[in-house]
Amino acid sequence: MIAVLIFMTAAVAISYWWLWKQKILEQPWLTEGTAVDNRDSTNLAGKSAKSGLFVFLAVVTSIFSLFISAYFMRMNLNDWLPVDEPRLLWGNTGVLALGSIAIHWTARAANNDSIATVRYGLIATGIFTSLFILGQWVAWQELVDQGHYLQSNPAATFFYLFTGLHGIHLLGGLWVWLKTTLKVLAGQNAEQTILSVELCRNYWHYLLVVWLCLFALLLST
Amino acid sequence: MAYVALADREPELSHPHSFITKYIWSQDHKVIAIQYGLTAIAVGVVALILSVMMRLQLGFPDSFSLISPSEYYQFVTMHGMIMVIYLLTALFLGGFGNYLIPLMVGARDMVFPYLNMLSYWVYLLSVIILMASFFVTGGPTGAGWTLYPPQAIMFGTPGVEAGIVLMLASLAVFIVAFTMGGLNYVTTVLQARTHGMTLMRMPLSVWGIFTATVLGLLAFPALLVSAIMMTFDRLLGTSFFMPAIVSMGEQSAYDGGSPILFQHLFWFFGHPEVYIVALPAFGIVSDLLSTHARKNIFGYRMMVWAIVGIGGLSFIVWAHHMYVSGMNPYFGFFFATTTLIIAIPTAIKVYNWVLTLWQGNIHLTVPMLFAIGFIFTFVHGGLTGIFLGNVVVDLPLSDTYFVIAHFHMVMGVSPILVVFGAIYHWYPKMTGRMYNERLGQTHFWMTFLGTYAIYLPMHYLGFLGVPRRYFAYEGIEFIPESAQDLNAAITIAAIFVAFTQIIFFANMIWSLFKGKKAGSNPWGSTSLEWQTPNTPPIHGNWGDELPKVYRWAYDYSVPGAEKDFIPQNTPPSDKAPETNT
Ligand code: HEM
Ligand SMILES: [Cu+2]
Repeated sequence: MIAVLIFMTAAVAISYWWLWKQKILEQPWLTEGTAVDNRDSTNLAGKSAKSGLFVFLAVVTSIFSLFISAYFMRMNLNDWLPVDEPRLLWGNTGVLALGSIAIHWTARAANNDSIATVRYGLIATGIFTSLFILGQWVAWQELVDQGHYLQSNPAATFFYLFTGLHGIHLLGGLWVWLKTTLKVLAGQNAEQTILSVELCRNYWHYLLVVWLCLFALLLST
Repeated sequence: MAYVALADREPELSHPHSFITKYIWSQDHKVIAIQYGLTAIAVGVVALILSVMMRLQLGFPDSFSLISPSEYYQFVTMHGMIMVIYLLTALFLGGFGNYLIPLMVGARDMVFPYLNMLSYWVYLLSVIILMASFFVTGGPTGAGWTLYPPQAIMFGTPGVEAGIVLMLASLAVFIVAFTMGGLNYVTTVLQARTHGMTLMRMPLSVWGIFTATVLGLLAFPALLVSAIMMTFDRLLGTSFFMPAIVSMGEQSAYDGGSPILFQHLFWFFGHPEVYIVALPAFGIVSDLLSTHARKNIFGYRMMVWAIVGIGGLSFIVWAHHMYVSGMNPYFGFFFATTTLIIAIPTAIKVYNWVLTLWQGNIHLTVPMLFAIGFIFTFVHGGLTGIFLGNVVVDLPLSDTYFVIAHFHMVMGVSPILVVFGAIYHWYPKMTGRMYNERLGQTHFWMTFLGTYAIYLPMHYLGFLGVPRRYFAYEGIEFIPESAQDLNAAITIAAIFVAFTQIIFFANMIWSLFKGKKAGSNPWGSTSLEWQTPNTPPIHGNWGDELPKVYRWAYDYSVPGAEKDFIPQNTPPSDKAPETNT
């Protein structure tokens, strides 16, 4: 349970730090009036969507760290036979990183009000990401060809589980990407796309980091 | 991400008019809350009926042959799972969370109303999947609510054909629903508080529900992960949890998995789950006590710190449920220690509740009775918990009726009393009418004394070593004959309590049509939900302008004030503000 405990410690520490900043020590019965509240109330929808996504990513991190914990615990039992990860995964990793770069670039363009770049950026993001998913699929095929089936060994099971789970999250991201792209192609201007594109950017970066962690874990064990 | 901008400074809600959009596909948090609440109570009644069937078997093993041993297991499982997850979690967070958060923090609605609506419908789907398992071949699973492998998915356990798969699927769907709702509750508290509503001015109900939601968002993934892995083991033949095992005289295809791994994952969810149910109850009960004792809550800051402290600690005590799994004694020592540490903030809360009552102007209204009843049952269950938290005491008592008595006191009866108290307390706001006082009082006394009659004797059964999850006890030598008499008495009390609930339902339904008009603030409460321009509040909650908050939620009996309460949205008076300490 080490991995999930590390995550929980971080989550609890961040929450407490945040609460601290929210003046959790103040004595509310001594303060009257509204001056105590200096939150800025502009762009509430954008801020809500971003903190909603942040909380959601905390949930996803919890899921992944629990799976990783289970991985470590299961790994120590004696029927574990490590799998040779397909070399293709290196290429896939590169493609996913390109996807992240593309969406980052898109978000920057949206903020600079250049809708043409947004359009190209979104399309590039979609292509790289789809390539990644395709690549993962091919990697699965390679494993099957080597005789590593889902139930043949716990190491293989975890390989399928990790990559599959990560892939599903990316597919979910692609769904949002698709809706955004369709709107952009239908003539939305750059300002209207900022929020969606920035949410996609955060999500893509997050999933890249998750993939790097999973990949490192798979390679090293 | 086309989230609807909401809770904004301008009332930009769509105002639906047809019956369907208003009450069925509604995005109004209050309607969703009531949908959640009614659904949860409906499955709760199913779980109650299951428990009566079990009690009839235990109390009068020879007179009724209503259920078979397999059915007993199935009923135990479904009863436990429904009560903990589909009733209490859904009711506190989906029901009260939905209703109270936006009203109490001064928002027009949840921040993602569409997601909120979806959350309810997905929850309903999970309930339907769960109920469907009563009607499939083999019936629902009889694995116990803890679903321990290997037996949960081995032949010999009832419901292994389809029941267990439906159970796991239903749990996964429930978690999706909870996550959708939970994102809403958390983000609404983070972003949509009205002007002046700092965190430290929120009523403790919001603190409790908010923290419980955060716990749920972090802990339910553990249940999801174990459900996914168990589904793989059951359907795809992997061996996450399944060791090499001989089943029906044959070597099964499983090999090398670890049942203990499941226990860790399950309880990593399971213990925080206790607090997911308890923290909202803590919060709500604080508000009920303070309002009906006309006194500010004692030690507000300590109450908040205790809530978030318990929330953090609840993640490092899980293995106190696994003392009998053969763990390393040093681990046992560690988890016993953390378990005792978590008792400290919990005890602080109890002291503060009692000190809130101390010298208060106590109105023994029905919500107040339930709140005080809660203090009794919670202290009771909490104390037995301290015993069970110690390894040497837990080993002999584990899996006996002592454990049953403990957790029913602490997470069965106590939260249910708060649920009743809360329903009575907010009923006038939700419906605009008052419940019948006499019936409410009767309901309280019969339920409170009745549940004591059920659970107090169970402690003694536990000392005798009577094991839990048994269909019948014939021929077990160490159990004296007289235990059977006690069991019969418990059953009579259980039936009595079950029928008492009819009074509650009758009262609620009757008052809906015939109750006295309640007015907008019958209790003289300070918190915002009582200050809405309409009662019951309409879609959008606040009319043209959001309320502004000038003070904390506990200005009761302030010296020098003209009434014995000052609503949160009352501006400071000109004269130097009095402080009440
Ligand atoms: C009048 C109300 C209730 C009665 C009469 C009742 C009765 C029972 C009985 C007879 C059992 C089975 C004991 C055994 O054979 O092991 C049981 C188990 C259980 N009950 Fe209740 N119960 C009630 C309310 C609740 C509530 C409100 C909760 C909510 C937390 C709850 C949670 C559980 C759990 C978690 C189990 C364990 C299931 C298992 O062993 O897998 N019960 N109850
Ligand atoms: Cu526990």
